[in-house]
Amino acid sequence: MADTAPTGHNTRRWLDLYRTMVRIRAFEETALAAHAAGQMPGPLHVSIGQEAVAAGVCLNLRADDRITSNHRGHGHAIAKGAGIAGMMEELFGRAGGHCGGKGGSMHIADFSVGMLGANGVVAGGIPIAVGAAQGLRLLGSDAIVACFFGDGAINRGPFLEGLNWAALYRLPVLFVCEDNGVAAFTRAGEVTAGAGAVARAEAIGVPAESVDGNDAAAVDAAAGRLVASVRRGDGPHLLHLRTFRLLGHTSTDKAAWRPEQEVAEARTRDPIARLRARLIEAGAADATLDAIAAEARAEMAAARDAALAAAWPDPATAWTDVLDTPAPEAA
Amino acid sequence: MDAPVTTETLTLVEAGRRAALQEMRRDPRVWVLGEDVARGGLFGQYRGFLDAFGPDRVVSTPISESTIMGAGLGAALVGTRPIIEMRIFDFVMCAMDELVNQIAKIRYMFGGQAKPAVVVRMPHGIWRNSAAQHSQTLESWFAHLPGVVVAAPSTPADTAGLLVAAIRSDDPVLFFDPKNLFGVTGPVPAEIDPLPFGRAREVRNGNDLTLVAWSAILPDCETACDALAAEGIGVDLIDLRTLWPWDEEAVAASVARTGRLLVVHEAVQAGGFGAEVVARTIERLGPASVKAARRLGAPRVPVPFSPPLEEVVKVTAPKIVAAAKATLGAPAAPR
Repeated sequence: MADTAPTGHNTRRWLDLYRTMVRIRAFEETALAAHAAGQMPGPLHVSIGQEAVAAGVCLNLRADDRITSNHRGHGHAIAKGAGIAGMMEELFGRAGGHCGGKGGSMHIADFSVGMLGANGVVAGGIPIAVGAAQGLRLLGSDAIVACFFGDGAINRGPFLEGLNWAALYRLPVLFVCEDNGVAAFTRAGEVTAGAGAVARAEAIGVPAESVDGNDAAAVDAAAGRLVASVRRGDGPHLLHLRTFRLLGHTSTDKAAWRPEQEVAEARTRDPIARLRARLIEAGAADATLDAIAAEARAEMAAARDAALAAAWPDPATAWTDVLDTPAPEAA
Repeated sequence: MDAPVTTETLTLVEAGRRAALQEMRRDPRVWVLGEDVARGGLFGQYRGFLDAFGPDRVVSTPISESTIMGAGLGAALVGTRPIIEMRIFDFVMCAMDELVNQIAKIRYMFGGQAKPAVVVRMPHGIWRNSAAQHSQTLESWFAHLPGVVVAAPSTPADTAGLLVAAIRSDDPVLFFDPKNLFGVTGPVPAEIDPLPFGRAREVRNGNDLTLVAWSAILPDCETACDALAAEGIGVDLIDLRTLWPWDEEAVAASVARTGRLLVVHEAVQAGGFGAEVVARTIERLGPASVKAARRLGAPRVPVPFSPPLEEVVKVTAPKIVAAAKATLGAPAAPR
C-alpha cells in the first residue's frame, strides 16, 4: 500500500522514528534468541510488528511525561528512553536490571524516564495512569500521561472506569489502544461486542480517533496533535492504533491457529519496512538506514553479552524493598 | 516532656477526622479520594474537608472501586500521598487487582523504584445488622499479603495515632476502621503524634491468662475481663493494634508469665489471624511453656441479617468468658 507523505514532514523526524523502531525490533529479536537458547528465564511477550505504536506516541512525549504499559511493553519502555543495559539485565534476572532482577520482562519499569511500569494484568495500567495524571495536576505539573493497553483491555472494567474518571476530571491522559487484533489466543473481534474502542470512548465523552498503527508517520502525526490537546487542558483523548502481532502471545507460542496466509499478508505491512520505503522516497540513503539498523543490532548484542556476564542478584536482596516498617523476627 | 499534653475527649470517628485534618494541613501532598468524601464521608470522617481543602484535594469519586484504588496508587507514584477511602470494607473486593497485584507488589517488583505511599481506609465489621455483604472482617487475608501494613485500632487515641503514622508512611497501609466503635469516646491529644506500627497496647493486667485481641471486639473483651475479675481471674488483655507488623514480643512476654493464651477476633475463627498468633507464640516459647492456647472467632458462616441470627454467630462477652475458662481448664459456664 502506498503511504502518502503528510504535509510538514521532515526526514529527520522519520529517522528518529526509524531508529527507535529498529532498536525495539533488535532488542526483542535478541531477547527471543536468548530465550530460545535457554538463557533467559520466565515468560517473554514481544511486540514485533507493533513498533510504530510505541515509537510514534513516545516521540511526542516530554522527558517528564509518564507512561504506563502492559505485558507487551518492551517497545513502550525503549521509546520512552529506558536504559537498554538495565532492560536487558532485567530480562536476564541480573542485579543490574532496572528492578534489580525482581520484575523481569513483564514488570519492566524505569521511573527515571517516567516509565511507570509494565503490567502483568490486562488493563492494570489504566487506573494507575489516570491517578498519575491526577497527582501530577495536584502537584502543579503540566506533564501528561500516555496509557498503553491492548484491544483485550477494553473488555475489562477498569477501561470503563478509567475513561469515565479521566473525562470527569478532565485529566491529562492520552489513552493508547494498541489494537493488534488478538487477545492472547483469541481474536479480539470474537469476544468484543459493538464497534470497539473508539465507539466506547466516544460514548463516555472521550474524543477518539483511529489510525493505521503500522504507519509510523501517521501515528506520530496523530499523537502529536492529541498530546498537544491533552497538554492544553482539553481533557483525555483516545488514540486507537490498528496493528498486527506478527508472532505468538509468548515467545513459546507459535500462534499456529492463524492461517499462514494471514500472517504473510500482514508481513507486507511491516511498519519498519514501510517507514523505510517512505524514507527512501524522501531521499534517505539505503546505507544510512542500514547503518542505523546495524548499529541497533550491535547495541543489543552488546547489551545481551554484558547482561549474560553480569552478576546475579545477591540473595539477600530477596528480602529488601518489601516494607520500610520493621517486621517481626519471624518475617 | 515538660509541657502538659492537651487532650480532648472525642469519638473514634472524630479522632480519625482530626488525624487526617492535621496531616492534610501539614502536608499539601496529602489528599483524599473516595465516594462521597466531599460530603463528609459515609460516617463523617471527612466532615468539613471540602471547605478546608477544596475539590482537588477532597475528591468525591464515581462508584469505581478499581479506579479509586488504582488512581490512588498512580497518584502516589508521582509523589502525592493519597488517603483512599473505600466507604466500607466489603467494597474492596471490587478493587482486589489494584490492591493485591498492584499496590502490594509494585515496590518490590520494580526493585524499590516505587513507593506506594497510600493509606486505604476500610471501615469493617458487624454494624447495625448490615448483613453478609456489609459486615465482614477479613483482615487475616491482608496480614497474609506481603507488601502491606495492616492496622486495626480499637480506641480513639490509637485511631488518631495510627492514622497519622499511616499517612506519613511510605509503605501502603491498610487501615481497618472499627465501624461499630465509631461512637465510642476517649482522650485524644490536640497534637497527634504518630504511633509506631507493631506495638501492642496493654489494656488490663493479670497473671492467670493472656487475652489477645484487636479492633471492634475489644470492648467485649473488657466486659469479659470484668466478669472474670469478679470471679478472681486476672487477665492480661493485649490489643495488638496492628496485625502486620504485630507485637510478638509483648504477647510472648505475657504468655511466658501466664502460661495460657486466648486469642479473640470478630472474624471467622478458621484461618483467622488468631491461628498465627497462637502458632507463633508456641514456636517462640516452646510447647512446654504454654499450658493452653485457644482461639475464639466466629463460625464459618456469612453474617446473617436478622438480629437473633446475627447474635448467634457473633463473638460476645459471654462467649469470651466461656473460652477464657476453657483455656484455664475450668468448666465452661452454661449458656
